[in-house]
Amino acid sequence: MEDPVQVRTSPERRRGLELIPRAPISTRLYMALGVASFAFILAVWSLLTYTGMLDPLFLPTPTKVAAAAFNLLAYHGYLNDVIVTVFRVFAGFFLAVLIGVPLGILVGTYKPIEAMVEPVMAFVRYMPASAFLPLFIIWIGINEPEKVAVIFFGSFFQLVLMVATSTSSVPQELVEVSYTLGTSPSRVLWRVLLPGAWPAIVDNLRIILGWAWTYVIVAELIGASSGMGFMIIESQRMLRTWNIIAGIVSIGILGLVADYGFKWSRSALFPWAD
Amino acid sequence: MVVDGVFKAYESGGRKVHALDRIDLTVRDKEFVALLGPSGCGKSTLLRIIGGLIAPSAGRVLVGGAEVKRPGPDRGMVFQSYTLFPWLTVRQNIEFGPKEKGISPSDRSDISSRYIEIVGLKGFEDSFPKALSGGMKQRVAIARALANDPSVLLLDEPFGALDTQTRSLMQELLLDVWEQSHKTILFVTHDVDEAIFMADRVVVMSARPGRIKKVIEVGLPRSRDYQVRTELAFLEYKRIAVDLIREETIKTMSLGAASGEA
Repeated sequence: MEDPVQVRTSPERRRGLELIPRAPISTRLYMALGVASFAFILAVWSLLTYTGMLDPLFLPTPTKVAAAAFNLLAYHGYLNDVIVTVFRVFAGFFLAVLIGVPLGILVGTYKPIEAMVEPVMAFVRYMPASAFLPLFIIWIGINEPEKVAVIFFGSFFQLVLMVATSTSSVPQELVEVSYTLGTSPSRVLWRVLLPGAWPAIVDNLRIILGWAWTYVIVAELIGASSGMGFMIIESQRMLRTWNIIAGIVSIGILGLVADYGFKWSRSALFPWAD
Repeated sequence: MVVDGVFKAYESGGRKVHALDRIDLTVRDKEFVALLGPSGCGKSTLLRIIGGLIAPSAGRVLVGGAEVKRPGPDRGMVFQSYTLFPWLTVRQNIEFGPKEKGISPSDRSDISSRYIEIVGLKGFEDSFPKALSGGMKQRVAIARALANDPSVLLLDEPFGALDTQTRSLMQELLLDVWEQSHKTILFVTHDVDEAIFMADRVVVMSARPGRIKKVIEVGLPRSRDYQVRTELAFLEYKRIAVDLIREETIKTMSLGAASGEA
């Protein structure tokens, strides 16, 4: 007997890249596509440079950049610059997290605290940290604390607002149901809001760490004598384009590693979350 | 449980909404009462007032002689939306209330094991809610409410989001659980069949402002199973209820659909 309503639900044409909105793909295909897009960028870069279409001073070849990276690491103590920069990023980021996460949680939980804190945060947030650089140099000097301050200033206010949103996004029904199960208002924060908000807060941290990286380079472009940003600005003075690109790519690699670290720890820490 | 002259009005978008008007209702111990009405009649509002989640504008609710001021573990609630804590396993969800009461881990474990057995979720103790179907989630929610040993169980269209087959199985399951535990149950629904099948009394509510229009005593013998639904007596009750609801639904629609659900 034949089914009168034959809806074509797929199996036949599963091969190839059929674009169905939000349809999942295999891990292998996912990785292959990711590698392919890097390969594509590299291919375009190679095409533009090896063929001589672009002046090497304008855009050096991939081999030249790879050689520059090796040279920097081997003979110019670039690893030390990397360590200095990573330290600055983590110091500023860590300070921002240490104060910003608890404050954001309180803002997202208690309306009076929100009323006090949020308008100020929203106001300061729009002041670009880079514009504060000259002020910080006057106030703090050009040593490590100034670099850390720029990163802190650039990430803290955003972080507070993001964590507040994440905390207040825990569904009100869960709060209500906990009340009907005997949770007291003073315990709801610990029993419901915090456990519910953690995965979103980890996502916030991941995004803010990216910003901290942006600000560290900004801080190192002015009044620094070490760090990845310092190397970049020095190379500009010497017109060593290959070093600049090596520096930018190494920042990208570190960022990528941190990003995957966060993604991995999120799914390891919160297996229950989507 | 006594609902005494409860009146509720609130502002919504600058308009005054008169949700409930002088509701008087007494629910006897261990009774199963269904609140039946068209959407927007304030039945969920009434349930939330009894639960202590919102305060009445006038009147009061007494549970076990004490006036309801806030939510509390003596009134367990189950909502239509799945309200399991997603970060807790099935077992941990069920133990949430006992843990708040300070019951020892080994006693908690006994309690959760018993209710996992009752709602038929053995083998899923350590699953997270995201791995469960809608029907399973609501079974956990019922078990979680019962594990706290409340005197009253308040259910707000708990099976409203389930498919018809799952829904009727869940109704039988809830009746079983009720017969075993003998809690007082107040069950909000807009489904006439569901109300008559489960309840001792069906309280039919009118459209906004919500009033009690009629109370139907369902004289069908216990224990009821799905075959009851096709018996003549059942159909007679259904005819009465459908007529009442229809009247109210027509009224609501002519009032305009702009007011939304309460």
